[in-house]
Amino acid sequence: MADLLSSRALRRGLPWVLIVLLALLLPAVLPPFRLNLLGRFLSLGIVALGVDLIWGFTGMLSLGQGIFFALGGYALGMYLSLNSLEPGQLPEFFSLYGVQSLPAFWQPFASPLFTLLALWVIPALVAGVLGYLVFRNRIKGVYFSILTQAALLVFFNFFNGQQKLINGTNGLKTDTARIFGALVGSDAMQRNLFWLTVVLAVGAFLLCRWLTSGRFGDALIAIRDDEPRMRFTGYNPTAYKTLVFAVAGALAGISGALYTVQSGIVSPQFMAVPFSIEMVIWVAVGGRGTLIGALLGAVLINYAKSLVSEALPETWLFIQGGLFLLVVTALPDGLVGWWRSGGPGHIQAMVGWPPLAATYPELDLDPAVQAEKAELEGGAR
Amino acid sequence: MTALLDTLFNGLAIGSVLMLAALGLAVVFGLMGVINMAHGELMMLGAYTTFVVQNLFKTGPLQGLFPAYILLAIPAAFLVSGLAGLLLEKTVIRRLYGRPLETLLATWGVSLILQQFVRSVSTAFALGLIAAVVLALLAPRFMPQAWWQQRWTPLLSVGLWIAAAAAGIALASGLGNVRALDQPWFSARNIDVSAPQWLRGSVDVVGVTMPTGRLFIIALTALALLAVHWFLQKSVWGIRIRAVTQNRPMSNCLGIPTETVDALTFLVGSGLAGVAGVAVTLLGSVGPNLGGNYIVDCFMVVVLGGVGKLLGTVVAALGIGILSYVIGSGSLLLVWPAMPSGLNELVTFFATTSMAKVLVFALIVVFLQFRPAGLFPQKGRMVEA
Repeated sequence: MADLLSSRALRRGLPWVLIVLLALLLPAVLPPFRLNLLGRFLSLGIVALGVDLIWGFTGMLSLGQGIFFALGGYALGMYLSLNSLEPGQLPEFFSLYGVQSLPAFWQPFASPLFTLLALWVIPALVAGVLGYLVFRNRIKGVYFSILTQAALLVFFNFFNGQQKLINGTNGLKTDTARIFGALVGSDAMQRNLFWLTVVLAVGAFLLCRWLTSGRFGDALIAIRDDEPRMRFTGYNPTAYKTLVFAVAGALAGISGALYTVQSGIVSPQFMAVPFSIEMVIWVAVGGRGTLIGALLGAVLINYAKSLVSEALPETWLFIQGGLFLLVVTALPDGLVGWWRSGGPGHIQAMVGWPPLAATYPELDLDPAVQAEKAELEGGAR
Repeated sequence: MTALLDTLFNGLAIGSVLMLAALGLAVVFGLMGVINMAHGELMMLGAYTTFVVQNLFKTGPLQGLFPAYILLAIPAAFLVSGLAGLLLEKTVIRRLYGRPLETLLATWGVSLILQQFVRSVSTAFALGLIAAVVLALLAPRFMPQAWWQQRWTPLLSVGLWIAAAAAGIALASGLGNVRALDQPWFSARNIDVSAPQWLRGSVDVVGVTMPTGRLFIIALTALALLAVHWFLQKSVWGIRIRAVTQNRPMSNCLGIPTETVDALTFLVGSGLAGVAGVAVTLLGSVGPNLGGNYIVDCFMVVVLGGVGKLLGTVVAALGIGILSYVIGSGSLLLVWPAMPSGLNELVTFFATTSMAKVLVFALIVVFLQFRPAGLFPQKGRMVEA
């Protein structure tokens, strides 16, 4: 009994110990550049968690998460642009376009409290309204994907074209801005931001796990697997879908804000079409429907991308395109899903060392039983 | 009056490019329910085919026929894009029927590969690729038959493909040392297709200057539309395609070869993308990113028009084209100079190409609130699945 307790406690506690150790150790080991990259990728993991919530669990493929990502980034970027100014001054770029007074929608972003709220509430509200309008009409499947992509282009073109309001295509730089009296781009501040990212990523993970583990999570999975049946059973999918889309939007906003301060700029490129589709591939490679897969996928793929782009830049698109094809055709559940469904054991069995079966070995390894098992698994999917 | 005609003509010109590009997508998406994100890249292949054909006619024995090269480029582009689409259907999309979201992601991957392919393809690259594919396809013939019925057969075939890819890369990088073979065919830069002289002038009709290039595109679009209409309504295979669209299992029972129908539909749709690529070369220089500029617009046309109806595609494309032009050029101000100042500011605010797109897309999203199935929805009593 004591053994069981301790092993259980160990299994529960070990990940936490590892996370804390890594978070404390990595800043000491990694050079600032790599640490900064890791922090950025971890913040991308937060938006991937949101994508996993709406796609992996609810079955809605949004190609427009970049909207909410960028909105969060812009909210923080605007605050930082204002924060490092003398009273009465305007951010520098306004003078280039002959703007004399601060546009009205910039005013509230002078307040840090408002900004802290806005960077996730605004994306959540936009996502909620957009989602409600779309879901109310029962637009779903590929139509939803195309509509979100169109919305993404609307926002992209708007931010890209409005120099006088938001500095257009140049975006807002945050490197030289000041926060708590220190430069945002300085090494010490970046290390603090890395820790903040770790804390928030863990928090987002726990939030998503809580959301998906209870009745709410069951409702989401029901929507994914058979929405008409859910509706006929008396549930209203629209409310669930709107709510989960808003949560994903909020996560994207937080992620965008963290990414902005760690990469030093927020620009309309955050709303480029390919970037939002990339978010989906992080989740797909990590494993849709597995939260840890979303985090892992985002960090791994982006790390691979930065390594490949340093060495052989022209091959990255081939690799990325190949990943899309591979994940869709051969690994539909991603790496984590493959691992959990006994993927390594299958490979072992192929080369002649099948893993030890739990019950009757003869029965378990019987080809007929195996075939039936595979069929059952296939049917369940 | 002239201003009105001018607006109409320019809107028609923009709309017809959009229509030509969306026509192929309407065939594939509307009839098969397949999302092809690589559609824009198939257009790009058509544009690059035009470039190659043009280069063939620039020098050598065919030089005298240069003014007519574009007429040859159209079937060539249809063929190249169509065959690329067929290959895509046979290798990837076939495995994914009934899973539209997965198809979307897979074809996006294909589009990335195609983009990078035209950027970095060189003779060495092409030879390496061909060698790898041939090796992977032929090698099993030289292995014992029994190897292909083992437990570890999947591992063997994966290993074989990896080995073939490695051999191909080795060959390509080896050949890459030869300067002549390493030269990229197109490179990442944009290419310029010079239109023949007769497509560069313009015609004046009741005071409106109509560039002949634009007129050619409008004529080409009309022709393509008629051809597709005839094909779907009158030809035997067109009837089969429509039958499969309406009821796949029943068509199958009645002896219609549905797999061939799928392949044919995809070939025609992709070929039409290639023809649209030819038209795009007349509008300016084209590059590997060409597809990204058109794909979302094309999808909006198909969604707005209503899936499975050509008429919807026509109306939606022309509507979007004219609306974009009217808003983007700010020509409302020309027609109505004495506009109230508030409205005036609003019109000027949206009077750029990108802001016009913002407004048009927003309007489409609003419109779909009232007519979720588009302008011309398919009638039926299907339970939503």
